[in-house]
Amino acid sequence: MAEPILTVENLSKHFGGLRAVNDASFTVEAGRITALIGPNGAGKTTVFALITGFLKPSSGRIAYNGEAITGIPAHLLARRGIARTFQIVQPFAGLTVLQNIAVGSHLHIPGRAAALAAAEEVAALVGLTPMLHQPASTLTVAGRKRLELARALATAPKLLLLDEVLAGLNPSEIRDMIPIIRAIAARGVTILMIEHVMQAVMSLADQIFVLVEGHVIAQGTPQTVAADPKVIEAYLGAGAAARLAGGAHAG
Amino acid sequence: MTTLMNRGFLSIVIVVALLACVPFLTASNSVLNFLVTGLLLTLAGQGWNVLGGYGGQYSFGHAAFFGTGAYATAILQVRYGFNAWPAFAIGIAAGAAVGAIIGAMTFRSGLRGSYFALVTLAFAEVLRIVASVAPFTGAGTGTLIKLNVGAQAMQFQSRAAFYWMILALVAIALVVTRLIEQSRFGAWLVAVRENQDAARALGVDVTRVKLGAMTVSAALAAAAGCFYAQYFLFIDSGIAYGTWISVEALLAPIIGGIGTVFGPLLGAMMIKVLGEAAKHLIGDAPGLDLVLYGMVLILIVAFAPRGIAGIVAQVQGWLTPKKGKPHG
Repeated sequence: MAEPILTVENLSKHFGGLRAVNDASFTVEAGRITALIGPNGAGKTTVFALITGFLKPSSGRIAYNGEAITGIPAHLLARRGIARTFQIVQPFAGLTVLQNIAVGSHLHIPGRAAALAAAEEVAALVGLTPMLHQPASTLTVAGRKRLELARALATAPKLLLLDEVLAGLNPSEIRDMIPIIRAIAARGVTILMIEHVMQAVMSLADQIFVLVEGHVIAQGTPQTVAADPKVIEAYLGAGAAARLAGGAHAG
Repeated sequence: MTTLMNRGFLSIVIVVALLACVPFLTASNSVLNFLVTGLLLTLAGQGWNVLGGYGGQYSFGHAAFFGTGAYATAILQVRYGFNAWPAFAIGIAAGAAVGAIIGAMTFRSGLRGSYFALVTLAFAEVLRIVASVAPFTGAGTGTLIKLNVGAQAMQFQSRAAFYWMILALVAIALVVTRLIEQSRFGAWLVAVRENQDAARALGVDVTRVKLGAMTVSAALAAAAGCFYAQYFLFIDSGIAYGTWISVEALLAPIIGGIGTVFGPLLGAMMIKVLGEAAKHLIGDAPGLDLVLYGMVLILIVAFAPRGIAGIVAQVQGWLTPKKGKPHG
Protein backbone atom coordinates (compact mmCIF):
# COMPACT_ATOMS: atom_id res chain seq x y z
CA MET A 1 0.00 0.00 0.00
CA ALA A 2 1.29 3.45 -0.88
CA GLU A 3 2.16 6.08 1.70
CA PRO A 4 -1.13 7.74 2.77
CA ILE A 5 -1.50 11.39 1.78
CA LEU A 6 -3.01 12.17 5.17
CA THR A 7 -2.45 10.45 8.49
CA VAL A 8 -4.39 11.45 11.59
CA GLU A 9 -3.08 9.92 14.82
CA ASN A 10 -4.76 10.08 18.23
CA LEU A 11 -6.26 13.46 17.45
CA SER A 12 -8.15 15.16 20.28
CA LYS A 13 -9.77 18.53 20.69
CA HIS A 14 -11.37 19.69 23.91
CA PHE A 15 -13.54 22.76 24.27
CA GLY A 16 -13.54 23.22 28.04
CA GLY A 17 -15.00 19.96 29.34
CA LEU A 18 -16.41 18.93 25.97
CA ARG A 19 -14.35 16.37 24.07
CA ALA A 20 -15.39 17.21 20.52
CA VAL A 21 -12.71 14.96 19.04
CA ASN A 22 -11.47 12.15 21.23
CA ASP A 23 -8.42 10.16 20.20
CA ALA A 24 -9.43 9.85 16.54
CA SER A 25 -7.10 8.07 14.11
CA PHE A 26 -7.52 7.44 10.40
CA THR A 27 -5.65 7.65 7.12
CA VAL A 28 -6.53 8.92 3.66
CA GLU A 29 -5.05 7.13 0.66
CA ALA A 30 -3.87 9.32 -2.21
CA GLY A 31 -6.07 9.41 -5.28
CA ARG A 32 -9.16 7.99 -3.60
CA ILE A 33 -12.40 9.26 -2.17
CA THR A 34 -12.58 8.79 1.59
CA ALA A 35 -15.72 9.58 3.53
CA LEU A 36 -16.04 10.57 7.16
CA ILE A 37 -19.51 9.81 8.43
CA GLY A 38 -21.21 9.81 11.79
CA PRO A 39 -24.26 11.10 13.63
CA ASN A 40 -24.78 14.82 14.24
CA GLY A 41 -22.35 16.22 16.77
CA ALA A 42 -19.84 13.42 16.27
CA GLY A 43 -17.04 15.96 15.72
CA LYS A 44 -16.62 15.59 11.97
CA THR A 45 -16.47 19.29 11.19
CA THR A 46 -14.07 19.81 14.11
CA VAL A 47 -11.79 17.16 12.60
CA PHE A 48 -11.85 19.14 9.35
CA ALA A 49 -11.04 22.37 11.15
CA LEU A 50 -8.09 20.63 12.86
CA ILE A 51 -6.73 19.16 9.62
CA THR A 52 -7.01 22.45 7.72
CA GLY A 53 -5.42 24.56 10.44
CA PHE A 54 -8.51 26.50 11.52
CA LEU A 55 -8.22 25.00 15.00
CA LYS A 56 -5.22 23.74 16.93
CA PRO A 57 -5.58 20.24 18.36
CA SER A 58 -5.39 19.64 22.11
CA SER A 59 -3.26 16.59 21.37
CA GLY A 60 -2.44 14.23 18.55
CA ARG A 61 -0.58 14.39 15.30
CA ILE A 62 -1.53 15.13 11.69
CA ALA A 63 0.84 14.26 8.84
CA TYR A 64 0.47 15.26 5.21
CA ASN A 65 2.60 13.36 2.70
CA GLY A 66 4.63 12.09 5.64
CA GLU A 67 5.36 15.54 7.07
CA ALA A 68 3.90 16.75 10.35
CA ILE A 69 1.48 19.64 9.74
CA THR A 70 -0.08 19.83 13.20
CA GLY A 71 -0.79 23.44 14.14
CA ILE A 72 0.28 25.03 10.84
CA PRO A 73 -2.04 27.96 10.01
CA ALA A 74 -4.76 27.51 7.38
CA HIS A 75 -3.35 29.77 4.68
CA LEU A 76 0.00 27.95 4.68
CA LEU A 77 -1.71 24.57 4.41
CA ALA A 78 -3.71 25.89 1.47
CA ARG A 79 -0.41 26.75 -0.22
CA ARG A 80 0.78 23.19 0.34
CA GLY A 81 -2.27 21.82 -1.38
CA ILE A 82 -4.94 21.27 1.26
CA ALA A 83 -8.24 22.94 0.39
CA ARG A 84 -11.59 22.80 2.12
CA THR A 85 -15.19 23.80 1.64
CA PHE A 86 -17.42 24.99 4.46
CA GLN A 87 -20.54 23.21 5.63
CA ILE A 88 -22.19 26.60 6.07
CA VAL A 89 -21.31 28.16 2.73
CA GLN A 90 -19.06 31.20 2.97
CA PRO A 91 -19.28 33.05 -0.35
CA PHE A 92 -17.71 36.47 -0.88
CA ALA A 93 -21.26 37.75 -1.20
CA GLY A 94 -20.45 41.12 -2.72
CA LEU A 95 -18.33 39.66 -5.52
CA THR A 96 -19.36 37.94 -8.71
CA VAL A 97 -19.05 34.19 -9.12
CA LEU A 98 -15.98 34.67 -11.32
CA GLN A 99 -14.31 37.00 -8.82
CA ASN A 100 -15.03 34.51 -6.04
CA ILE A 101 -13.32 31.69 -7.87
CA ALA A 102 -10.43 33.94 -8.94
CA VAL A 103 -9.49 34.50 -5.29
CA GLY A 104 -8.76 30.78 -5.21
CA SER A 105 -6.84 30.70 -8.47
CA HIS A 106 -4.73 33.65 -7.34
CA LEU A 107 -3.05 31.33 -4.84
CA HIS A 108 -0.66 30.11 -7.50
CA ILE A 109 -1.31 32.64 -10.27
CA PRO A 110 -0.21 36.21 -9.53
CA GLY A 111 -1.51 37.83 -12.75
CA ARG A 112 -5.11 39.05 -12.73
CA ALA A 113 -5.94 38.09 -16.30
CA ALA A 114 -4.46 34.59 -15.96
CA ALA A 115 -6.23 34.06 -12.63
CA LEU A 116 -9.57 35.06 -14.14
CA ALA A 117 -8.99 32.73 -17.09
CA ALA A 118 -8.17 29.85 -14.76
CA ALA A 119 -11.26 30.66 -12.70
CA GLU A 120 -13.41 30.40 -15.82
CA GLU A 121 -12.06 26.93 -16.51
CA VAL A 122 -12.86 25.78 -12.98
CA ALA A 123 -16.34 27.29 -13.27
CA ALA A 124 -16.94 25.22 -16.38
CA LEU A 125 -15.89 22.08 -14.52
CA VAL A 126 -18.54 22.56 -11.82
CA GLY A 127 -21.20 23.91 -14.17
CA LEU A 128 -21.18 27.56 -13.06
CA THR A 129 -20.41 29.04 -16.47
CA PRO A 130 -23.88 30.59 -17.00
CA MET A 131 -23.64 32.46 -13.68
CA LEU A 132 -20.07 33.79 -13.99
CA HIS A 133 -20.98 37.46 -13.77
CA GLN A 134 -23.79 37.15 -11.25
CA PRO A 135 -23.16 38.36 -7.70
CA ALA A 136 -22.57 35.34 -5.46
CA SER A 137 -25.38 36.53 -3.19
CA THR A 138 -27.94 35.80 -5.94
CA LEU A 139 -27.03 32.11 -6.22
CA THR A 140 -29.37 29.36 -5.02
CA VAL A 141 -28.22 26.92 -2.33
CA ALA A 142 -27.12 24.47 -5.03
CA GLY A 143 -25.24 27.26 -6.78
CA ARG A 144 -23.50 28.27 -3.57
CA LYS A 145 -22.41 24.70 -2.90
CA ARG A 146 -20.94 24.56 -6.39
CA LEU A 147 -19.20 27.87 -5.77
CA GLU A 148 -17.65 26.52 -2.55
CA LEU A 149 -16.39 23.59 -4.55
CA ALA A 150 -15.12 25.73 -7.42
CA ARG A 151 -13.25 28.14 -5.18
CA ALA A 152 -11.48 25.34 -3.32
CA LEU A 153 -10.71 23.61 -6.59
CA ALA A 154 -9.24 26.79 -8.04
CA THR A 155 -6.40 26.62 -5.50
CA ALA A 156 -5.24 23.49 -7.36
CA PRO A 157 -5.38 21.28 -4.27
CA LYS A 158 -3.88 17.82 -3.88
CA LEU A 159 -6.17 17.04 -0.97
CA LEU A 160 -9.70 18.41 -1.00
CA LEU A 161 -11.89 18.31 2.11
CA LEU A 162 -15.58 18.58 1.32
CA ASP A 163 -17.82 19.38 4.28
CA GLU A 164 -21.35 18.31 3.35
CA VAL A 165 -21.42 19.69 -0.18
CA LEU A 166 -24.64 17.76 -0.80
CA ALA A 167 -26.54 18.89 2.30
CA GLY A 168 -29.57 20.99 1.51
CA LEU A 169 -29.75 19.88 -2.10
CA ASN A 170 -32.80 18.18 -3.57
CA PRO A 171 -32.47 14.70 -5.12
CA SER A 172 -32.03 15.95 -8.67
CA GLU A 173 -29.38 18.47 -7.57
CA ILE A 174 -27.58 15.66 -5.73
CA ARG A 175 -27.66 13.59 -8.89
CA ASP A 176 -26.07 16.50 -10.77
CA MET A 177 -23.38 17.00 -8.15
CA ILE A 178 -22.16 13.39 -7.83
CA PRO A 179 -20.55 13.24 -11.29
CA ILE A 180 -18.81 16.56 -10.59
CA ILE A 181 -17.20 15.14 -7.45
CA ARG A 182 -16.27 12.03 -9.36
CA ALA A 183 -14.70 14.12 -12.14
CA ILE A 184 -12.60 16.02 -9.59
CA ALA A 185 -11.32 12.73 -8.17
CA ALA A 186 -10.60 11.51 -11.68
CA ARG A 187 -8.26 14.48 -12.14
CA GLY A 188 -6.11 13.05 -9.39
CA VAL A 189 -7.37 15.13 -6.46
CA THR A 190 -7.65 13.13 -3.27
CA ILE A 191 -11.00 13.74 -1.60
CA LEU A 192 -11.97 13.50 2.04
CA MET A 193 -15.67 14.15 2.44
CA ILE A 194 -18.08 14.57 5.30
CA GLU A 195 -21.49 13.52 4.11
CA HIS A 196 -24.91 12.64 5.50
CA VAL A 197 -26.46 11.72 2.18
CA MET A 198 -25.82 7.97 2.40
CA GLN A 199 -26.80 7.17 -1.15
CA ALA A 200 -23.99 9.49 -2.28
CA VAL A 201 -21.47 8.14 0.23
CA MET A 202 -22.21 4.58 -0.84
CA SER A 203 -21.76 5.37 -4.52
CA LEU A 204 -18.74 7.68 -4.22
CA ALA A 205 -16.53 6.54 -1.36
CA ASP A 206 -13.74 3.99 -1.66
CA GLN A 207 -13.17 4.00 2.07
CA ILE A 208 -15.34 5.11 4.98
CA PHE A 209 -14.50 6.05 8.55
CA VAL A 210 -17.28 6.30 11.10
CA LEU A 211 -16.84 8.91 13.79
CA VAL A 212 -18.97 8.69 16.91
CA GLU A 213 -18.49 10.98 19.91
CA GLY A 214 -15.15 12.10 18.55
CA HIS A 215 -13.81 8.60 18.13
CA VAL A 216 -13.43 6.41 15.04
CA ILE A 217 -15.50 3.30 15.74
CA ALA A 218 -15.47 1.59 12.37
CA GLN A 219 -13.80 1.69 8.99
CA GLY A 220 -13.83 -0.10 5.69
CA THR A 221 -15.53 -0.18 2.34
CA PRO A 222 -19.11 1.11 2.12
CA GLN A 223 -20.46 -2.48 2.27
CA THR A 224 -18.50 -3.49 5.37
CA VAL A 225 -19.37 -0.31 7.22
CA ALA A 226 -23.07 -0.53 6.39
CA ALA A 227 -23.18 -4.07 7.77
CA ASP A 228 -21.17 -3.25 10.91
CA PRO A 229 -23.39 -3.66 14.00
CA LYS A 230 -21.45 -0.93 15.85
CA VAL A 231 -22.34 1.56 13.12
CA ILE A 232 -26.01 0.59 13.08
CA GLU A 233 -26.20 0.98 16.83
CA ALA A 234 -24.47 4.34 16.74
CA TYR A 235 -27.10 5.64 14.36
CA LEU A 236 -30.20 3.82 15.58
CA GLY A 237 -29.48 3.15 19.26
CA ALA A 238 -28.38 0.21 21.39
CA GLY A 239 -29.79 -3.13 20.33
CA ALA A 240 -30.85 -1.86 16.93
CA ALA A 241 -28.46 -4.14 15.08
CA ALA A 242 -29.80 -7.20 16.82
CA ARG A 243 -33.40 -6.12 16.25
CA LEU A 244 -32.73 -5.51 12.58
CA ALA A 245 -30.99 -8.85 12.20
CA GLY A 246 -33.85 -10.52 14.08
CA GLY A 247 -36.41 -8.74 11.91
CA ALA A 248 -34.63 -9.78 8.75
CA HIS A 249 -34.53 -13.33 10.04
CA ALA A 250 -38.21 -13.33 10.93
CA GLY A 251 -39.10 -11.78 7.55
CA MET B 1 -8.20 42.43 -20.03
CA THR B 2 -5.63 44.95 -21.32
CA THR B 3 -8.43 47.05 -22.77
CA LEU B 4 -10.18 46.86 -19.44
CA MET B 5 -7.03 48.01 -17.67
CA ASN B 6 -6.68 50.89 -20.08
CA ARG B 7 -10.27 51.93 -19.57
CA GLY B 8 -9.71 51.97 -15.82
CA PHE B 9 -6.74 54.26 -16.10
CA LEU B 10 -8.21 56.36 -18.90
CA SER B 11 -10.99 57.60 -16.61
CA ILE B 12 -8.34 58.76 -14.13
CA VAL B 13 -6.40 60.57 -16.87
CA ILE B 14 -9.56 62.35 -18.07
CA VAL B 15 -10.70 63.43 -14.60
CA VAL B 16 -7.24 64.65 -13.60
CA ALA B 17 -6.73 66.47 -16.92
CA LEU B 18 -10.06 68.27 -16.56
CA LEU B 19 -9.28 69.28 -12.99
CA ALA B 20 -5.81 70.45 -14.07
CA CYS B 21 -7.44 73.00 -16.39
CA VAL B 22 -9.33 74.79 -13.61
CA PRO B 23 -6.59 77.36 -12.83
CA PHE B 24 -6.72 78.48 -16.48
CA LEU B 25 -10.43 79.21 -16.15
CA THR B 26 -10.38 81.09 -12.88
CA ALA B 27 -7.77 82.93 -10.88
CA SER B 28 -10.11 83.30 -7.93
CA ASN B 29 -8.24 82.47 -4.75
CA SER B 30 -11.37 81.36 -2.97
CA VAL B 31 -12.27 78.88 -5.71
CA LEU B 32 -8.76 77.45 -5.77
CA ASN B 33 -8.60 77.36 -1.98
CA PHE B 34 -11.90 75.50 -1.94
CA LEU B 35 -10.58 72.96 -4.44
CA VAL B 36 -7.25 72.56 -2.66
CA THR B 37 -8.95 71.72 0.62
CA GLY B 38 -11.33 69.40 -1.27
CA LEU B 39 -8.43 67.55 -2.88
CA LEU B 40 -6.61 67.43 0.44
CA LEU B 41 -9.62 65.67 1.90
CA THR B 42 -9.79 63.44 -1.18
CA LEU B 43 -6.24 62.28 -0.52
CA ALA B 44 -6.92 61.48 3.14
CA GLY B 45 -10.23 59.87 2.16
CA GLN B 46 -8.54 57.77 -0.50
CA GLY B 47 -6.19 56.54 2.19
CA TRP B 48 -9.13 55.54 4.39
CA ASN B 49 -10.82 53.94 1.38
CA VAL B 50 -7.93 51.56 0.68
CA LEU B 51 -8.22 50.06 4.15
CA GLY B 52 -11.89 50.67 4.90
CA GLY B 53 -13.49 50.50 1.47
CA TYR B 54 -11.51 47.65 -0.06
CA GLY B 55 -10.36 45.90 3.10
CA GLY B 56 -13.46 46.41 5.27
CA GLN B 57 -11.40 47.59 8.24
CA TYR B 58 -13.10 50.75 9.48
CA SER B 59 -10.59 53.06 11.10
CA PHE B 60 -11.75 55.92 13.29
CA GLY B 61 -8.23 57.17 13.73
CA HIS B 62 -6.72 58.19 10.43
CA ALA B 63 -5.73 61.40 12.22
CA ALA B 64 -2.84 59.35 13.64
CA PHE B 65 -1.30 59.10 10.17
CA PHE B 66 -2.37 62.53 8.93
CA GLY B 67 -0.93 64.16 12.04
CA THR B 68 2.30 62.17 11.98
CA GLY B 69 2.89 63.25 8.39
CA ALA B 70 2.12 66.87 9.23
CA TYR B 71 4.28 66.98 12.35
CA ALA B 72 7.19 65.12 10.73
CA THR B 73 7.24 67.56 7.80
CA ALA B 74 7.03 70.59 10.05
CA ILE B 75 9.42 69.48 12.80
CA LEU B 76 12.11 68.27 10.40
CA GLN B 77 12.15 71.70 8.78
CA VAL B 78 11.78 73.84 11.90
CA ARG B 79 14.04 71.92 14.30
CA TYR B 80 16.46 70.06 12.08
CA GLY B 81 16.80 72.41 9.13
CA PHE B 82 15.61 69.89 6.58
CA ASN B 83 14.62 71.01 3.12
CA ALA B 84 10.85 70.81 2.62
CA TRP B 85 10.97 68.19 -0.16
CA PRO B 86 12.83 65.44 1.69
CA ALA B 87 10.89 66.39 4.84
CA PHE B 88 7.70 65.76 2.90
CA ALA B 89 8.91 62.33 1.79
CA ILE B 90 10.04 61.40 5.30
CA GLY B 91 6.68 62.58 6.62
CA ILE B 92 4.90 60.11 4.33
CA ALA B 93 7.25 57.32 5.42
CA ALA B 94 6.72 58.19 9.10
CA GLY B 95 2.94 58.05 8.68
CA ALA B 96 3.22 54.72 6.89
CA ALA B 97 5.42 53.40 9.69
CA VAL B 98 2.88 54.45 12.32
CA GLY B 99 0.22 52.68 10.25
CA ALA B 100 2.30 49.52 10.07
CA ILE B 101 2.97 49.56 13.82
CA ILE B 102 -0.66 50.16 14.81
CA GLY B 103 -1.72 47.57 12.23
CA ALA B 104 0.73 44.99 13.53
CA MET B 105 -0.51 45.45 17.09
CA THR B 106 -4.24 45.41 16.29
CA PHE B 107 -4.39 42.80 13.51
CA ARG B 108 -2.07 40.35 15.24
CA SER B 109 -4.27 40.44 18.28
CA GLY B 110 -7.21 39.74 16.00
CA LEU B 111 -9.17 42.96 16.54
CA ARG B 112 -11.99 43.35 14.06
CA GLY B 113 -14.98 45.55 13.41
CA SER B 114 -15.88 48.05 16.09
CA TYR B 115 -12.95 46.95 18.28
CA PHE B 116 -10.56 47.90 15.52
CA ALA B 117 -12.36 51.23 15.07
CA LEU B 118 -12.14 52.02 18.78
CA VAL B 119 -8.48 51.07 19.06
CA THR B 120 -7.50 53.26 16.09
CA LEU B 121 -9.47 56.11 17.64
CA ALA B 122 -7.59 55.56 20.90
CA PHE B 123 -4.20 55.64 19.18
CA ALA B 124 -5.06 58.91 17.45
CA GLU B 125 -6.25 60.44 20.73
CA VAL B 126 -3.10 59.33 22.56
CA LEU B 127 -0.96 60.95 19.87
CA ARG B 128 -3.07 64.11 20.06
CA ILE B 129 -2.63 64.36 23.81
CA VAL B 130 1.10 63.67 23.62
CA ALA B 131 1.50 66.28 20.88
CA SER B 132 -0.44 68.82 22.95
CA VAL B 133 2.01 68.59 25.87
CA ALA B 134 5.38 67.55 24.41
CA PRO B 135 7.79 70.48 23.92
CA PHE B 136 9.12 68.64 20.87
CA THR B 137 5.91 69.32 18.93
CA GLY B 138 5.54 72.87 20.22
CA ALA B 139 2.99 71.64 22.75
CA GLY B 140 -0.07 73.89 23.04
CA THR B 141 1.29 76.64 20.80
CA GLY B 142 1.82 74.34 17.86
CA THR B 143 4.51 74.45 15.19
CA LEU B 144 4.93 77.23 12.70
CA ILE B 145 6.89 76.66 9.50
CA LYS B 146 8.83 79.81 8.59
CA LEU B 147 7.57 81.67 5.57
CA ASN B 148 10.13 81.17 2.81
CA VAL B 149 8.44 81.49 -0.52
CA GLY B 150 10.09 79.58 -3.33
CA ALA B 151 9.78 76.23 -5.05
CA GLN B 152 12.88 74.91 -3.26
CA ALA B 153 11.03 75.33 0.08
CA MET B 154 7.79 73.96 -1.37
CA GLN B 155 6.08 77.28 -0.69
CA PHE B 156 4.49 78.60 -3.81
CA GLN B 157 3.54 82.17 -4.56
CA SER B 158 0.48 81.13 -6.52
CA ARG B 159 -2.43 79.09 -5.33
CA ALA B 160 -2.41 77.36 -8.70
CA ALA B 161 0.96 75.76 -7.99
CA PHE B 162 -0.30 74.34 -4.71
CA TYR B 163 -3.42 73.23 -6.50
CA TRP B 164 -1.44 71.32 -9.13
CA MET B 165 0.71 69.79 -6.45
CA ILE B 166 -2.21 68.37 -4.47
CA LEU B 167 -3.86 67.33 -7.73
CA ALA B 168 -0.70 65.38 -8.62
CA LEU B 169 -0.79 63.68 -5.22
CA VAL B 170 -4.46 62.81 -5.70
CA ALA B 171 -3.66 61.49 -9.20
CA ILE B 172 -1.03 59.20 -7.68
CA ALA B 173 -3.55 58.05 -5.06
CA LEU B 174 -6.13 57.30 -7.77
CA VAL B 175 -3.60 55.31 -9.79
CA VAL B 176 -2.43 53.41 -6.70
CA THR B 177 -6.03 52.55 -5.87
CA ARG B 178 -6.72 51.38 -9.42
CA LEU B 179 -3.53 49.27 -9.40
CA ILE B 180 -4.62 47.66 -6.15
CA GLU B 181 -8.08 47.05 -7.57
CA GLN B 182 -6.65 45.16 -10.54
CA SER B 183 -4.01 43.17 -8.70
CA ARG B 184 -3.84 39.94 -6.76
CA PHE B 185 -3.30 41.96 -3.59
CA GLY B 186 -6.57 43.78 -4.28
CA ALA B 187 -8.44 40.53 -4.88
CA TRP B 188 -7.14 39.21 -1.57
CA LEU B 189 -7.97 42.46 0.21
CA VAL B 190 -11.57 42.38 -1.00
CA ALA B 191 -11.78 38.70 -0.08
CA VAL B 192 -10.70 39.60 3.47
CA ARG B 193 -13.42 42.25 3.59
CA GLU B 194 -16.08 39.83 2.40
CA ASN B 195 -15.18 36.79 4.52
CA GLN B 196 -11.97 36.27 6.46
CA ASP B 197 -12.39 32.55 7.08
CA ALA B 198 -13.11 31.80 3.45
CA ALA B 199 -10.09 33.90 2.48
CA ARG B 200 -7.84 31.94 4.85
CA ALA B 201 -9.08 28.66 3.43
CA LEU B 202 -8.02 29.87 -0.01
CA GLY B 203 -4.48 30.57 1.13
CA VAL B 204 -4.79 34.28 1.91
CA ASP B 205 -2.51 35.49 4.70
CA VAL B 206 -5.20 37.69 6.24
CA THR B 207 -2.98 39.51 8.73
CA ARG B 208 -0.37 40.35 6.13
CA VAL B 209 -2.91 41.58 3.59
CA LYS B 210 -4.53 43.85 6.19
CA LEU B 211 -1.15 45.10 7.28
CA GLY B 212 -0.18 45.94 3.70
CA ALA B 213 -3.44 47.82 3.17
CA MET B 214 -3.04 49.71 6.43
CA THR B 215 0.48 50.80 5.48
CA VAL B 216 -0.59 52.10 2.06
CA SER B 217 -3.65 53.69 3.64
CA ALA B 218 -1.55 55.43 6.29
CA ALA B 219 0.96 56.65 3.70
CA LEU B 220 -1.80 58.36 1.70
CA ALA B 221 -3.31 59.96 4.81
CA ALA B 222 0.18 61.07 5.88
CA ALA B 223 0.75 62.65 2.46
CA ALA B 224 -2.40 64.69 3.06
CA GLY B 225 -1.01 65.73 6.44
CA CYS B 226 2.36 66.72 4.94
CA PHE B 227 0.58 68.82 2.36
CA TYR B 228 -1.59 70.44 5.02
CA ALA B 229 1.48 71.55 6.98
CA GLN B 230 3.11 72.91 3.85
CA TYR B 231 -0.02 74.73 2.65
CA PHE B 232 -1.09 76.36 5.90
CA LEU B 233 2.44 76.51 7.45
CA PHE B 234 0.94 75.99 10.90
CA ILE B 235 -0.24 72.93 12.80
CA ASP B 236 -1.15 72.18 16.37
CA SER B 237 -2.32 69.01 18.06
CA GLY B 238 -6.01 69.77 17.52
CA ILE B 239 -5.49 70.20 13.79
CA ALA B 240 -2.95 67.47 13.08
CA TYR B 241 -4.30 64.75 15.35
CA GLY B 242 -7.86 66.11 15.69
CA THR B 243 -10.89 63.91 15.24
CA TRP B 244 -12.09 66.24 12.46
CA ILE B 245 -9.75 64.61 9.95
CA SER B 246 -10.54 61.08 11.15
CA VAL B 247 -14.23 61.83 10.65
CA GLU B 248 -13.93 63.61 7.30
CA ALA B 249 -11.52 60.98 5.93
CA LEU B 250 -14.14 58.30 6.48
CA LEU B 251 -17.12 60.46 5.48
CA ALA B 252 -15.65 61.27 2.06
CA PRO B 253 -15.49 57.67 0.80
CA ILE B 254 -18.71 56.64 2.52
CA ILE B 255 -20.66 59.53 0.98
CA GLY B 256 -18.88 59.27 -2.37
CA GLY B 257 -18.91 55.51 -2.75
CA ILE B 258 -17.06 53.11 -0.52
CA GLY B 259 -14.58 50.79 -2.20
CA THR B 260 -14.58 52.71 -5.49
CA VAL B 261 -11.71 54.62 -7.08
CA PHE B 262 -13.58 57.92 -7.47
CA GLY B 263 -15.75 57.70 -4.36
CA PRO B 264 -13.46 59.72 -2.08
CA LEU B 265 -13.13 62.49 -4.69
CA LEU B 266 -16.90 62.75 -5.12
CA GLY B 267 -17.52 62.56 -1.39
CA ALA B 268 -14.82 65.08 -0.47
CA MET B 269 -16.21 67.64 -2.89
CA MET B 270 -19.72 66.98 -1.61
CA ILE B 271 -18.58 67.53 1.97
CA LYS B 272 -16.87 70.78 1.06
CA VAL B 273 -19.94 72.03 -0.82
CA LEU B 274 -22.13 71.15 2.14
CA GLY B 275 -19.76 72.87 4.55
CA GLU B 276 -19.81 76.07 2.45
CA ALA B 277 -23.56 75.89 2.02
CA ALA B 278 -24.01 75.55 5.77
CA LYS B 279 -21.85 78.63 6.35
CA HIS B 280 -23.79 80.73 3.86
CA LEU B 281 -27.25 79.55 4.82
CA ILE B 282 -27.13 79.34 8.57
CA GLY B 283 -24.05 81.27 9.57
CA ASP B 284 -20.82 80.01 11.06
CA ALA B 285 -22.07 78.46 14.29
CA PRO B 286 -19.43 76.08 15.67
CA GLY B 287 -20.19 72.42 15.12
CA LEU B 288 -22.96 73.13 12.64
CA ASP B 289 -21.05 71.49 9.80
CA LEU B 290 -20.79 68.34 11.91
CA VAL B 291 -24.56 68.28 12.43
CA LEU B 292 -24.99 68.58 8.69
CA TYR B 293 -22.44 65.83 7.96
CA GLY B 294 -24.26 63.61 10.42
CA MET B 295 -27.57 64.14 8.65
CA VAL B 296 -26.05 63.47 5.23
CA LEU B 297 -24.35 60.35 6.54
CA ILE B 298 -27.66 59.01 7.86
CA LEU B 299 -29.35 59.72 4.53
CA ILE B 300 -26.56 58.05 2.57
CA VAL B 301 -26.43 54.97 4.77
CA ALA B 302 -30.22 54.65 4.70
CA PHE B 303 -30.93 55.34 1.04
CA ALA B 304 -27.69 55.00 -0.95
CA PRO B 305 -25.32 52.62 0.83
CA ARG B 306 -23.05 52.63 -2.19
CA GLY B 307 -22.76 56.42 -2.07
CA ILE B 308 -22.81 58.87 -4.94
CA ALA B 309 -20.85 56.46 -7.14
CA GLY B 310 -23.57 53.87 -6.51
CA ILE B 311 -26.31 56.33 -7.50
CA VAL B 312 -24.37 57.19 -10.67
CA ALA B 313 -23.98 53.51 -11.54
CA GLN B 314 -27.69 52.94 -10.98
CA VAL B 315 -28.69 55.85 -13.21
CA GLN B 316 -26.27 54.60 -15.86
CA GLY B 317 -27.98 51.21 -15.63
CA TRP B 318 -31.37 52.81 -16.30
CA LEU B 319 -30.07 54.86 -19.22
CA THR B 320 -28.15 52.15 -21.08
CA PRO B 321 -30.44 49.81 -23.00
CA LYS B 322 -30.28 46.20 -21.86
CA LYS B 323 -28.02 44.14 -24.08
CA GLY B 324 -28.49 40.50 -24.96
CA LYS B 325 -25.47 39.51 -22.90
CA PRO B 326 -26.79 38.35 -19.54
CA HIS B 327 -25.51 40.13 -16.43
CA GLY B 328 -22.77 41.63 -18.63
